[in-house]
Amino acid sequence: MQINSPKFKESSRIALEDANLQKALGNLRDGFPVKRANAVDRMPEFDKLRDEGRDLKDHIIANLDFYLEQFETNVTKNGGHVHWARDSDDANKAILEICRKSGAKTVTKGKSMVSEEINLNDYLEENGIQPVETDLGEYILQLRKDHPSHIIAPAIHLNLDDVSDIFHEKHGRPRTDDPAELMQEAREMLRKQFVAADVGITGANFCVAETGSTIIVTNEGNGDLTQTLPKVHVVITTIDKIVPTLEDMSLFLRLLARSATGQEFTVYNTLSTGPRREDDVDGPEEYHVVLLDNGRSEMIGTQFQEMLRCIRCSACMNHCPVYGSVGGHAYGWVYPGPMGSVLTPKLIGIDKAGHLPNASTFCGKCESVCPVRIPLPKMMRHWREREFEKHLSPKGFRFGICAWAFFAKRPALYRWLARASSLTLKLIGGKKNRIRSLPLKNGWTLWRDLPAPQGRTFMDQWKKQQSSK
Amino acid sequence: MSLNTPSSGGSRHQVGLFVTCLVDIFRPSIGFATIKLLEQAGCYVEVPEAQTCCGQPTFNSGDRKSTQDIAKNVINAFDGYQYVVGPSGSCIGMLHHYPDLFESDDPYHSRAKELASRAYEITSFLIDVLEFDKIIAQYEGIITYHDSCAGLRELGVKQQPRKLLGKVNNLQIDEMEEAETCCGFGGTFCIKYPDISNRMVSNKNVNAGATNADTLLGGDLGCLLNMAGKLKREGSKLEVRHVVEVLANMTYEPAIGEANLQPNFDLAKEA
Amino acid sequence: MSTSRDQIFGNIRLGLKRGPLEGEALEKVKHRLAYHPSSTTPARSDLPQEQQVELFKSMATEAAAELIELDSSSQLPQAVAGFAKKESLKQLVSATADELMQLDWSETGDCKLLHREGKPGDIASLTGSFAGIAETGTLMLLSGPQSPTTLNFLADIHMVLLHESSIVGPYEAAWQKLREQGDSMPRTVNMITGPSRSADIEQKLQMGAHGPKRLVIFLAKD
Repeated sequence: MQINSPKFKESSRIALEDANLQKALGNLRDGFPVKRANAVDRMPEFDKLRDEGRDLKDHIIANLDFYLEQFETNVTKNGGHVHWARDSDDANKAILEICRKSGAKTVTKGKSMVSEEINLNDYLEENGIQPVETDLGEYILQLRKDHPSHIIAPAIHLNLDDVSDIFHEKHGRPRTDDPAELMQEAREMLRKQFVAADVGITGANFCVAETGSTIIVTNEGNGDLTQTLPKVHVVITTIDKIVPTLEDMSLFLRLLARSATGQEFTVYNTLSTGPRREDDVDGPEEYHVVLLDNGRSEMIGTQFQEMLRCIRCSACMNHCPVYGSVGGHAYGWVYPGPMGSVLTPKLIGIDKAGHLPNASTFCGKCESVCPVRIPLPKMMRHWREREFEKHLSPKGFRFGICAWAFFAKRPALYRWLARASSLTLKLIGGKKNRIRSLPLKNGWTLWRDLPAPQGRTFMDQWKKQQSSK
Repeated sequence: MSLNTPSSGGSRHQVGLFVTCLVDIFRPSIGFATIKLLEQAGCYVEVPEAQTCCGQPTFNSGDRKSTQDIAKNVINAFDGYQYVVGPSGSCIGMLHHYPDLFESDDPYHSRAKELASRAYEITSFLIDVLEFDKIIAQYEGIITYHDSCAGLRELGVKQQPRKLLGKVNNLQIDEMEEAETCCGFGGTFCIKYPDISNRMVSNKNVNAGATNADTLLGGDLGCLLNMAGKLKREGSKLEVRHVVEVLANMTYEPAIGEANLQPNFDLAKEA
Repeated sequence: MSTSRDQIFGNIRLGLKRGPLEGEALEKVKHRLAYHPSSTTPARSDLPQEQQVELFKSMATEAAAELIELDSSSQLPQAVAGFAKKESLKQLVSATADELMQLDWSETGDCKLLHREGKPGDIASLTGSFAGIAETGTLMLLSGPQSPTTLNFLADIHMVLLHESSIVGPYEAAWQKLREQGDSMPRTVNMITGPSRSADIEQKLQMGAHGPKRLVIFLAKD
């Protein structure tokens, strides 16, 4: 996917003025957070599960090499193949080779953000293989040549009209604005594709070390058709998805469903272990797991290690007031919202993704809903520190911060500055007691007045009071 | 050995007031209201002179080194006080971040931890530490309350201001939708991303405006300046105040961003 | 030149500041893997068997599964025939699981019974099940020669026989049941909670996306 993160400011301004997008984002704000809250209310142990999820993830990371080896051993034991991919290029090549070996012309795909991360669809197309997205949201986006704006609800930026239009155009059927009919249309169109595909590619929500299984979690059942009908099933996933046992996986499934959609449980939780067995009458003949790193292993032992706990539930973005204002596309790459603001700078570089960790008020809502208690604001701040160290922050801003620091470290000078500021602003405020504009197209007065100070600083008044006592 | 020699204050709780830079410059009346409440609750209050700012602007801008220096200044300024209390969840929350700034073998690390253990936001201090709720105040009107993020999520300030407001004569509370959603201030955020900030504060004001309240209260002046600035730009009649002004019965000053009925000519001369 | 695998493991160990696990540390994680401890299981599923059945019923119904209760699994052919008649089903594709094959299917009326894997265009399918999980009203189905996975996904209506005695409390109890039954994982384990759905269009929930539009559970008391 093209990287547009450096244009975050422009993109967000456009997003704020896009009435359709704002309507769609309204659906998000009224939907997921309410559903999550209801689901959490029904599970009195939920906060305890979050603690356990955090601790278990930390245990996994501390022993990641061991669990990855176990997983590899057990996939192989069950007749599957593991492919290690250091970066996108490695992963794409491995998948292409599997497709070529099976003579594939078309591949069906379950929803996978990792496949977006490595730009798999473009790569396959360039090499003469047609990928077909089968998740309803992803399917709509593929028809529109659009890309996901959310990690579990990829088409959340669209409205019903957008779907009606594109289905009418691409399916050549009478236009309908009945969501049920639209879904039926997609169901019929994709049925043929499921059967025709030579290879099915899915992601994995978790990889279970003890059994060598991967699991996908879906509501539609598209992932199941994708991985059951073709001759070959390829799983593209990352090294941080490992869990030790089925019991450990169960803990994360409880956390995931409630944090993501607010469901008690997702409709289909499907474990795949190796290819079809000797007497089986269906299922893929080959089973491949492509394990991608793409910089994740380098996060271990750094200030960003805790990000590897992430189970991609999307609760952070569903509750984020910034995401809720500008939507996912403004972030300019695959992973939007708070988790993206921490992960993206690692994956594409802080020089390109600098806006992301800065575009947060540190309101802390993301951390308060994270099922594995990732300290997202703290890690965004760490990115700002890296930026500051490397002198990547805008010059004017850096100057302002350094000037402030200069005074804040020197109480006597600071008193003088405070006194001068309050009196000057008070004067500018005049009778109305507020300031309508400040020089240099100041960000504050662009949209709001600045209430003027009351007059003398607190410290001056207090001192005067004390001396007159 | 303590660097300061705070007065003993006798048997009273001895409190160092953390004024906060915004209150110092923009709205000293919040500082005086805080002192009044603390004294009503039986505290002896001093205002350490060496205090400046809590360091959030540099901390949240990635300037760790300057933040360490500012933190050291605050740690030294408030050394020896039994409690440190301020009218802001975010500034007091910042004091609780200080230990993260220093390596564990740095003496300032343990001093920072010790400071954090006695630093409280004012409403939380009154309720959680002093168990004080004998508010002597009257307010003719309906208020709605914005929960500022840092106070709410870092310090657990939610019921404390409401409990205290419940003791104010004639005051009614009409809660808004999404009271816990950020107002879009975010310190430097509102300057760096003014358009997004504007959307957030607009959403907040729509929610506040949908109640029957005539006054919007909160516990952090940054948020209050932001919301009041937007409300006044839009010509809203909703008044904005810090919660301590109501609790201390000190609402004679014009609300935030409201016109002065009597312009102060002395000040103009002084400036 | 080192392989991707070597580099990944090298980075991980560099970050963890250690070499491959050995000695006590290795024994500890091996033990954990073999012992597979459970995390907290929700109190809601910690119930006597009878109440677990009730919980299963209410949770499955909440997830939009349809429940038809039978005194005995021997009533299944009759119940299926009745359902087929009501829904005007002309054909039903069935798994060949023993629990289904040992029943008397001679009286299914106009509905023809086929035994094969699922195929596109199938209207209705019938399968057995391995377990019911009360916690969330979830069915657990295992793939095998007599229970092909395609039957769980391709038909518009998926009918499932579940014995009350197969109902357990939390997911962990289902894994325990699976561990007790043999030493290897089936190719596919399906945990199914209600029929297929999607909210990808304007966040409004629509039933019947790609999987079955209806999930009908025949719950037998024996």
